[in-house]
Amino acid sequence: MLLKKRQKDDVEIEGSSMADIAFLLLIFFLVVTTIDVDTGIGLVLPPIPDDVEPPPVLERNMMRILVNAQGMVLMDDDPTSIAEVRQRIMDFVANPGNDPNLAETPDDAIVSIKTDRQTPYNVYIDMLDEVMGAYNELRNQASQERFGVPYTALEEDSPQQEQIRELYPKRISIAEPDEG
Amino acid sequence: MSKFQKKQANTKENIPTSALPDIIFMLLIFFMVVTVLREVELQVQVEFASAENIEKIEQKRLVSYVYIGPERLGGGEFGETRVQIDDALIDDMGAIRNIMYDKLMEEPRLIVSLRVDRESEFGIVTDVQQELRHAGTLRINYSTLREI
Repeated sequence: MLLKKRQKDDVEIEGSSMADIAFLLLIFFLVVTTIDVDTGIGLVLPPIPDDVEPPPVLERNMMRILVNAQGMVLMDDDPTSIAEVRQRIMDFVANPGNDPNLAETPDDAIVSIKTDRQTPYNVYIDMLDEVMGAYNELRNQASQERFGVPYTALEEDSPQQEQIRELYPKRISIAEPDEG
Repeated sequence: MSKFQKKQANTKENIPTSALPDIIFMLLIFFMVVTVLREVELQVQVEFASAENIEKIEQKRLVSYVYIGPERLGGGEFGETRVQIDDALIDDMGAIRNIMYDKLMEEPRLIVSLRVDRESEFGIVTDVQQELRHAGTLRINYSTLREI
C-alpha cells in the first residue's frame, strides 16, 4: 500500500518560478551594466626637447593655430570660425594650386596648436575635431582615387592604408606652453 | 463548417514555456560577462565633450585614465577643478610624472586617456600634458562622445 502511494506521487520540482528568479537577476545586471564607450581623439605629444635646437621649419610649411582665452580660433593670426577650419587645413595640407604661402608637400605640412591657460576645453576639442576631419577627408579622397574605396574601408594596417598614411601623415604638434 | 469549429476547439493553445528559463539564463550570462562594475570611484565631475572624427581604443588594457574636472563636494556642489588618477586626487602636479612613469614601465605601449570635463579651462590640461611629456607617456587620447 505504501509503495503504491509513492508511485502516485509526482516527483518533479516545480520549475515555473525559475524564470522569475532569472528575470530578477537579469534586470539587476541590466541596470548595473554600463557598456563603456572608449572613444576619443588620439594624439601623440611631442617629446620634451633636448638642448639641441629643433630643425628649422619653413614658415610656409607651418600652420599655427591659436585658440585664445576667449575661445577664438586664430589660424596664422587670422580669426577663423570653427566651421572654416576644416577647409583651410585641407587647402593648406594638399595645396592644390601650389600657392607659395601654403605647404610644399603634404609630408612637410605641420599643424602647430597653441592654447592659452583660459582656453575653454570644448572649443579646443571642436577645433581638434575639425583638424582631424580635414586629414580624414584628404585620406579618404586619396584612397578613393587610388583604390576606389574610402580610407576607412581599407583593412587595418594593410599596405594600402600605410601608403595613404605616408601620403598624408598627421603632423600635429602641441606648441610649447608659455612660461608662467 | 461545424467540422472546422470542432477542429479549432481541439487544438491546445498554450505556448510551451519550458524553454523560457534557458533563454533568460542566456541573457543573464551575457550581461554578467559584459558588466564591468565600476573600478574607480569618481571624485570629480566629468561631462564629456563630443566630436565627430573619433577613433575607438581597441586594446583597453593599454589605457590608463586621467580625470580632470570640478571636484565633487557632496550635496550637488562642485569645487575647484582637480585631477584624479585611479582612486586619488592629485595635489601636487609633479607627482603625475612619477605615477605615469611607473605605469609606462609596466606597460610600454601605454595610452593615457584624458577624460576632461567640457567646461574646464585648458590650463590644467596643459599642466598634465607637460607632466606626461616628462614621464615619456606621449600617446594620449582625449575622451569624447560621438556627436549626434
